[in-house]
Amino acid sequence: MTETTLEPLAADAGFLTVNKRPTVQKDSADNRWHIPAFVLRLLSPIALLLLWELASQAGWIPSRVIAAPSQIGGTLWAMIVSGELGKHLWVSLHRALLGLGIGVTIGVVAALVTGLSKRGELILDSPMQMLRTIPSLALVPLFILWFGIGEFTKIALIVTGTTFPVYLNLFSGIRNIDPKLIEAANTLGLNRRELIWHVILPGSLPSFFVGLRYSLGISWLALVFVEQINTTAGIGFLASDARDFMRTDVIVICLLIYSVLGLVIDGIIRTLERYALAWRPTFVRT
Amino acid sequence: MAVDLAIDRSNGASGADTSRNPAPVQLRNVVRQFGEQRVIDELDLDIAPAEFVALLGASGSGKTTLLRMLAGLDSIDSGQLRVPLARAAVFQEPRLMPWKSAWRNVVLGLRNGAGKRHAEQALTEVGLAHRVTAFPATLSGGEAQRVALARALVREPKLLLLDEPFAALDALTRIRMHQLIIDLWRKHTPAVLLVTHDVDEAILLADRVIVLADGKIADELRIELPRQRSTAQPGFQAIRTRLLRLLGVDATAGHAPQVPLDAEPAHAAAEQRRRFARTSRVFTTE
Repeated sequence: MTETTLEPLAADAGFLTVNKRPTVQKDSADNRWHIPAFVLRLLSPIALLLLWELASQAGWIPSRVIAAPSQIGGTLWAMIVSGELGKHLWVSLHRALLGLGIGVTIGVVAALVTGLSKRGELILDSPMQMLRTIPSLALVPLFILWFGIGEFTKIALIVTGTTFPVYLNLFSGIRNIDPKLIEAANTLGLNRRELIWHVILPGSLPSFFVGLRYSLGISWLALVFVEQINTTAGIGFLASDARDFMRTDVIVICLLIYSVLGLVIDGIIRTLERYALAWRPTFVRT
Repeated sequence: MAVDLAIDRSNGASGADTSRNPAPVQLRNVVRQFGEQRVIDELDLDIAPAEFVALLGASGSGKTTLLRMLAGLDSIDSGQLRVPLARAAVFQEPRLMPWKSAWRNVVLGLRNGAGKRHAEQALTEVGLAHRVTAFPATLSGGEAQRVALARALVREPKLLLLDEPFAALDALTRIRMHQLIIDLWRKHTPAVLLVTHDVDEAILLADRVIVLADGKIADELRIELPRQRSTAQPGFQAIRTRLLRLLGVDATAGHAPQVPLDAEPAHAAAEQRRRFARTSRVFTTE
């Protein structure tokens, strides 16, 4: 407050005068009182957990509504040690990655066919556009009739959910490449294969990553859903099994795992982008 | 007389093959029309080896179309056109691939196994030895344009096409680029066609200035001023006044332009549409 003084004088009408004294560097004696930011950040979650624990212990929150944090922690530890959690996690990851892998591959191939050739667009684009408007979970009854209630249906549902975000984004990425760059490539004597490899694919990579992020989110969503139908393993099975036995602690653990996995996969994509799109102004450091 | 001089210079530099084909660029009765509009109207043009030709004209006069035909980016509707296959173009925007470092941009499309060392040499020539691995996003406008120039010259073109390459640069950078382009032209001795709006630039750089109007050569002028040229040279202002008058600007009297300006934009827009229609076809070739 005292550092900046604004003194509008009568003679100075029509001017803004700012007098600011140079800020004095505070010495470290002052800084000793500062609490690190991460401690402050942890403060409210810890307080909430404590309140929750207290309320559970006092019997205000019955364990069939939600288990106490201490109980959840204990169950989590027991499930990790027994290897039960690892087993289910592996099954879920396997399903998600397999479905995602197939879905992304189909999306990429279809986008390349429609994006790179007019004939391909005429043949393939309209069926893709029709299919993409169907919510993939609405296909469940049909898929169960066709493929039964086994593993195939689960993977197929993840595939149908993850194909279209990649397809749509990559297709528009290919079509929106700066025509001037394509002209430049032509004057440099690039043939069609080189044009695709050096110009079109790298240029559409940012759009591909946008699609991939959407697909990842959808694969997770689909996983939660399909693992509730007739499964004997997987995080979704764990959750629906826990529901039958009113194990709210296990349900909370499943939710935690979904969110942690989501964060981890997002982190992986970010790292990939940082590497593959290093040329973008947002990543470039001079 | 000046044509002879030009041939002599190229013989000294690049050997006997150019003397057998005295004019690397030959146009006879070339017509290019977009709809009813003849953008290039029975044009005859020769450019001698190592000759520096500047092409002036109001917007819509067909000069960019002419350059694009010579660059192989546009076709002709009738007539004869002969250009060396060893040609390169630099445009107003650098048109570098943002995802490739400077040196990878320089060697893009080269098939003789040219590697980083080759690119480094080319970048050193344009004064960018220190930015070899930089991404285009980190380059200034002048630096990016010099990379584009290196990319053109590393192909050892017999014909160098420059489409207003200095128009987007600041005045100081432009002066430096003028000197650079003259030095490089003398060293590599390509025939040069420079499309420009800038009358001074044309006089400073070119052996011959061609004024294009309605797709025809309205006039051409051999610039006999000795190099290093400057705007203060005796005779410079006379040439400038004459060229400006040909372009419909009376520099001495400050009269309104004699060429009706409102006729041009429609013309230019048609050209633009045509250009993009062509570019979009790049995707559709099977």
